[in-house]
Amino acid sequence: MDDIKKGISRRSVLAGIAGGSAVAMAGIAGFPGVVRAQEKSLKIGAYGGYFKDSFDKHIFPEFTKATGISVESIAQPTGEAWLVQLEQAARAGQAPADVSMISQVSMLRGSAAGIWAKLDPAKMPNIENVMPSFINKYDDGSVCGVGAVTWYITLVSNSDVIAQAPSSWEELWKPDRAGQLGLLALVTNSFLLDVTAKTYFGGQEILDTEEGIMKVMDKLAELKDNVQLWYRDEAQFEQALKSGEIPMGQYYHDVAGLAAADGYPVRSTFPKEGGINDSGSWAVSKASEKLDLAHVFIDFMSQPEIQTLLSRKVGTSPTVARAKTSLTDAEFASVSSEIEPIIPRYDMYQQRADWLSQKWTELIVS
Amino acid sequence: MKIKPRTFSDYASIGFPAGMLMVFFVIPFGIMIAVSFFQRVQGAFYEPAFVFDNYARFLTSFFGGILGFSIGLAALVAVVSVLLAFPFTYILTRMARRTQVVWLVFLLSVLSLSEVLIGFGWSTLLSRTAGISNLLVAVGILDKPMSLSPSFGAVMTGMVYQTFPYTVLVLFPALSRLDPSLVEVARTLGSGPVRSFLNVVVPALRNSIVSTLIMVFVFALGCYLLPQLLGKPSHWTLSVLITDQAIYQSNMPFAAAMAVFLVLVSLSLVAISLLYGKKENAA
Repeated sequence: MDDIKKGISRRSVLAGIAGGSAVAMAGIAGFPGVVRAQEKSLKIGAYGGYFKDSFDKHIFPEFTKATGISVESIAQPTGEAWLVQLEQAARAGQAPADVSMISQVSMLRGSAAGIWAKLDPAKMPNIENVMPSFINKYDDGSVCGVGAVTWYITLVSNSDVIAQAPSSWEELWKPDRAGQLGLLALVTNSFLLDVTAKTYFGGQEILDTEEGIMKVMDKLAELKDNVQLWYRDEAQFEQALKSGEIPMGQYYHDVAGLAAADGYPVRSTFPKEGGINDSGSWAVSKASEKLDLAHVFIDFMSQPEIQTLLSRKVGTSPTVARAKTSLTDAEFASVSSEIEPIIPRYDMYQQRADWLSQKWTELIVS
Repeated sequence: MKIKPRTFSDYASIGFPAGMLMVFFVIPFGIMIAVSFFQRVQGAFYEPAFVFDNYARFLTSFFGGILGFSIGLAALVAVVSVLLAFPFTYILTRMARRTQVVWLVFLLSVLSLSEVLIGFGWSTLLSRTAGISNLLVAVGILDKPMSLSPSFGAVMTGMVYQTFPYTVLVLFPALSRLDPSLVEVARTLGSGPVRSFLNVVVPALRNSIVSTLIMVFVFALGCYLLPQLLGKPSHWTLSVLITDQAIYQSNMPFAAAMAVFLVLVSLSLVAISLLYGKKENAA
């Protein structure tokens, strides 16, 4: 127990110093502050790297200022890895984070396994603002997740190496891209089946059947020679993209924007078939003992002003209707696009999970 | 002279290591075996059961090929590491004490690097934009810089880099204990340095070499980050696929089944080589 206390106080001091928030004061002031911070604190998971850094710098301090609840942010790995950790920890009655940002495929898997705490909409009046499609529910209709942010996976390129911005996902199949692409390595986070279906098969309906999916995979197999890197870890591709080592690929629009803002020759393009639109939801682990504070946090994050702040500072697209935000046209265009997005077939990834992962592995490994 | 343990208290001294082995190896491994028979719930996680589905899924030519590649890669890494490390360690043991300490500290510090650092380091060193091929261009060997990673060579380089210090440290005690008079005799009888090394030193330490090969092989077999960071998908080892299943597909039972299979295969390979070694000794 002592160790845990030490861990928390040290971390909250570090986090506080980084964020310049009230926690730093509490930490520096000494023990009473630390004890209070422990009483009203939340462990919140956000994707490590640029994403979490932006939250630490711009979002969590605002939350602490408004509510007095301090935040211990946890760098969580992208996608399913975090889900597995949460699930294993929940079996042992532990919660590595009280609230986490969970992508849609993981939300569905977590719901099927029942690892999310049920949320009470009455305690979160602001979630009225969130568009209904971004509210996750259990089969019995109870709420288990609330849309946090949405993001796009787009076609990115290094502007030093590739002079002309690509305009279509078809670019990935062009012979002169041999050895130049970096693509996500997993079927459930690359969403390349959806991209291929939309680009070459007139829509995602072909993904209804196994036969159709195999046709799409055959088409995907044609671009394998162009792929230099199948990446699991964002950092792996980010570095190669910035240096021009691997000058094109699929990547997160928001992070690409942050890299470009730092002066790297990176550009993100919405292809004419649309960017891939995925979203993250706030969900609370059933093992968390801080459900009340979690409600306060999710309510806070669902305010249109905070959604606006997220778009400006983190580069994500809002989960509330655009009209409710104060984003200018230019600001909205930088985080989203008028082009109709490709929305992944989450149902397919859920229902055919094992078959898909097997076929996908065979596709890229062989 | 050997003293045989007689009473219970004679065995007490191994109680602690035995307990640690139990808690940190036997029990987790038992849990893993249990999980490997659990029922996978598609689209969610798993539930306790006793089914063979997970093993059945593994027994295909696809996974057979990957298992074969993984074992071949680990064996090749072990052989290359020992080929490089054995002469190196031999020369090292002949050097002044001070030099030895400096080298050993250096090797230990290489050993302390994480797989992630080694992987990213080599992927930069082998890259087209910042890598060593630029040096080759400057010297005039290459026309233009090229990307050397991901490739099989990159995986091998990274893995041998990782196992080399380990290999040296395992070989060091045996080589430093080697009676120098053996070599002196060979030299007196007219062998050159290379010949006496090959004909006297290597055979004298045959057992150490075999056991080192096995240790490095097992060490390399568990490597999953380097093939992923430095290799193309066709160079991904079974360990990479186990990680994919466990971490990304949340399919613990299948991951456990593959891991059990991998452990059994490597244990039996080790057993075979030990048996072979015993026979050789007896002969």
